[in-house]
Amino acid sequence: MSTARFLKARDIAPWLEELGREYTVLAPTRHGDTVVFREFEPERGIELDRLSTTPAKKALLPPCETLFEYATTKTDTPPYRTSIELRPTLPEGKILLFGTRPCDARAMQIFDRVYDGEQVKDPYYTARRNAATIVTLACSGQAGTCFCDRVGGSPVDATGSDVLLTPLKAGYVAEALTEKGMELMRDTAFMKADGLRQEALNVRNRILEEVPERTSFLDMERNLLSLFGDLGFWDKTAESCLSCGACTYLCPTCYCFNITDEPHGDSGKRIRTWDNCMSSQFTLEGSGHNPRPTKAHRMRNRIGHKFSYYPQLHDKTLACVGCGRCISNCPVSFDIRNAVACAIQHAAANAQEHAHD
Amino acid sequence: MAHTQELRTLIARELPNLDLVLAWTGGFDPLSSTPLFITTEADLDRLAVGPMHVQNLAAYLPSLKGRKVGIVTRGCDSRTITELLQENLINRDEVVIFGIGCTGAVNIRKVRTAVNGAPVTDVEIGDDVLTVTTGEETHALRLQDVLMDKCYTCAGQAPRMHDHMVSERSGCLATGETPPSSLDLLEGMDARERFAFWEGHMDRCIRCYACRNACPLCVCKDSCVAQSRDPHWVDQSDTPREKLMFQAIHALHTAGRCTECGECERACPMGIPILAMKQALNRRIKHLFDYEAGMDQESTPPLFMFRQQEETIKERDAR
Repeated sequence: MSTARFLKARDIAPWLEELGREYTVLAPTRHGDTVVFREFEPERGIELDRLSTTPAKKALLPPCETLFEYATTKTDTPPYRTSIELRPTLPEGKILLFGTRPCDARAMQIFDRVYDGEQVKDPYYTARRNAATIVTLACSGQAGTCFCDRVGGSPVDATGSDVLLTPLKAGYVAEALTEKGMELMRDTAFMKADGLRQEALNVRNRILEEVPERTSFLDMERNLLSLFGDLGFWDKTAESCLSCGACTYLCPTCYCFNITDEPHGDSGKRIRTWDNCMSSQFTLEGSGHNPRPTKAHRMRNRIGHKFSYYPQLHDKTLACVGCGRCISNCPVSFDIRNAVACAIQHAAANAQEHAHD
Repeated sequence: MAHTQELRTLIARELPNLDLVLAWTGGFDPLSSTPLFITTEADLDRLAVGPMHVQNLAAYLPSLKGRKVGIVTRGCDSRTITELLQENLINRDEVVIFGIGCTGAVNIRKVRTAVNGAPVTDVEIGDDVLTVTTGEETHALRLQDVLMDKCYTCAGQAPRMHDHMVSERSGCLATGETPPSSLDLLEGMDARERFAFWEGHMDRCIRCYACRNACPLCVCKDSCVAQSRDPHWVDQSDTPREKLMFQAIHALHTAGRCTECGECERACPMGIPILAMKQALNRRIKHLFDYEAGMDQESTPPLFMFRQQEETIKERDAR
């Protein structure tokens, strides 16, 4: 049923340029020494050789999003009534997200359960989500900080993608996986490549064979929860953490936000911006009380949320896709893999101890 | 190696009198390092020191005030300790300094850029060459080209004060001419170009405040004006203007206090050259007050006091 095409590497930029007329095209491009997702412009080029520094999540959850704009007016005679005019700013237009990696695409499904679930449908998120087509590039291998295989994914995982690209010599086999993907592929001038499907599958299988056998972080919800009261453990775990937001803002699955009104004179806007659970302000209450007063409390929450609370609420799916950005970009090289492995070990040791009581 | 072993022995001897000792150990790949909090002798096995162990550990000291803390320190980072003492942010009798003779600190970002972001499998440090292996490829980088900015203006390889000192190691990796810094580049620009430079770089800032939290002298952390609603000096929209506003505040708050340890720039996950702003203000401080931060524990930072007539500002003479 699906459509496979062969995309020559050199034809990708002109194609994205053409698609720019119909879509807002977001693709990884170089920015200084980093690689970031931003609106594709031919002169910026495209960088597909390494995992981008920033994740692709901004396509669905922008770092800063205007929820509405407002303006107040006051009558100039008594009793000086104030009236307020609101202008909603729902996102419009189609989005093409090109060159995401399997981890980033998988992360979109983690958002879906929260922002597009049965109980709550966020109008801003769902507008973007429904308008987005995601073209994912399978990874040729894993970097030292990658651990997608330990959290339920893989370097060639197609979860959350509309089109999957498999790298071959001089180009990519593009296979449509959804209706949206088929629509995108159908309208291209690229060569039909149904004959290359088997070759692409072989390539993906070879990539999978390279993935090492490692312990998994799945099904650890209960073990981690048993450490909730062990603040000494979390103190030790978090000792080197600087409480900055590099890990959360570069995380493809972190979705927490803050809402503020930013006035300028009589008008202004209400914006929703990325928030960061490693900051002490994250849980600071109006009374001045803070239920997570130390970085140990906050580290417990960050790890607990990803590996225990979220999976308990959402069919055992972890809220971590193993991209490793939080490790490679941390100013103190904090390694979440070690932290989770230590926690699992520690919980097991505690359980053993109690068994002897 | 003998150097590291000697350090281990020194720490082991002092450890019973201390709550913890701050040092380094290896990170997730051969280029990375992470702070090591030593509390037992067993932890010492993991201790590692060298040009790739780069975090300024003094950043942890203010938050550990009240505990007895040992700290492994190179020359530049001891200036931070001096500055913290000058500002009464730490107590000298609670800190035990293990001095090491530094040969230079590698700018990890420069190395990663030089190997095009490829996963690093091995790193070897020679006399003046850093050999980096990325899978099948080997890159030989001149160490002189990949050091941190502060190494080119180093004021001394050994700490200015110490309680224990590892035998002096000879040699310095910074040999030859100083490569141009971001500040040199900026000073060659006119105002319009300079604005475009910052607008371009700030565009990719993610507002994670790693620069602020890694800064050993940024001690307002949890009550920072960057997130305050009252006063509302910085708004939360992600425009280069707001992001630059915060950087300007950070630079002004550290003027005459900043020892140019470079943690702000090193910590930035987006590689934004923000140290240049602090360097620019420090040049002004040097010019106006003939003062450099963290050099003398007995002196008072110039912006901490008021003199009717500054020695180096001839305001009255000009009239």
